[in-house]
Amino acid sequence: MPILTSPPSESALVAEQFDDIEQQRDAAKLGMWIFLASEVLFFGGLFLSYTIYRFTYGHVFMETSRRLDVVLGGTNTAVLLVSSLLMAFAVRAAQLDQRRALVRLLLGTALLGCVFMSIKMVEYHKDYVEHLVPGTHFEWTGADPSNAELFFWIYFAMTGLHAIHVTVGIGVLLVLALLASRGKFSGGNYNAIEIGGLYWHFVDVVWVFLFPLLYLVGHR
Amino acid sequence: MEKVVDPRIYVRTCAALLVLLGLTWAIAYVDLGPFNLIVALAIAITKALIIALFFMHIKGSSRLLHLAAVAGLMWLLILVSLTLGDYFTRGWVPLNH
Repeated sequence: MPILTSPPSESALVAEQFDDIEQQRDAAKLGMWIFLASEVLFFGGLFLSYTIYRFTYGHVFMETSRRLDVVLGGTNTAVLLVSSLLMAFAVRAAQLDQRRALVRLLLGTALLGCVFMSIKMVEYHKDYVEHLVPGTHFEWTGADPSNAELFFWIYFAMTGLHAIHVTVGIGVLLVLALLASRGKFSGGNYNAIEIGGLYWHFVDVVWVFLFPLLYLVGHR
Repeated sequence: MEKVVDPRIYVRTCAALLVLLGLTWAIAYVDLGPFNLIVALAIAITKALIIALFFMHIKGSSRLLHLAAVAGLMWLLILVSLTLGDYFTRGWVPLNH
């Protein structure tokens, strides 16, 4: 029975509106890059408000920035960069149709995402204990407490939005790992892996800007 | 099939990113005046470019994808330049920091 024993043919993996699997893949990637462009503007608004207040209250921002934990923030940068390496290898494993390697690499990437979130939670807890969370609990003994509080508003908005993205990314990676273990991405049908990878790398890029702008401004 | 990238390129990409992380961390403790911000941003932009080119496969992908990637940055540039232009010319933001 040749129909049952043969691997899924390419035509079965291509949706009706596409000529071939190549065109389908290009369309998926284009859609993802357009989504990422909208994400650039989403985070861009926050980076812009950071820039304006940074210029306006430069000295306060340098003092407040010193209260953040550079070692935890820097470690988290390294964790995300290495997770991106694993993600790149995962896409490569998908291209080569190596199912076991793909599942392991996706789980490894998700694990590093969890390490990032754990370190972030330790940091947030530290900020809470030190009365750095904006609101009624906020305490600042230095000069200009209201603008110091503004810095922490921006810090929590930016890192919080980023943390939501990491959390979503971990969920996406786990679903992809589950589907990969069932052989969903064999035979060149790995669009979802490639697109998930683009999302994960984008989240990494955002942190690459957040780390120096939030953690490192006050140390000279 | 798509072109599969040599794994050594990915390892080198990650190594370069970690070196740049160390560099930006170390330079933050040296007083360069206003150049601290400029150097930090230059390193961050370099890292973002490396990630986009090698991890996100912008290198070797179609012109259409290049256009989509650059379009996002162009719109960001419009957002930033028009807003900052407004703030600076009204004197709302002191420029001597």
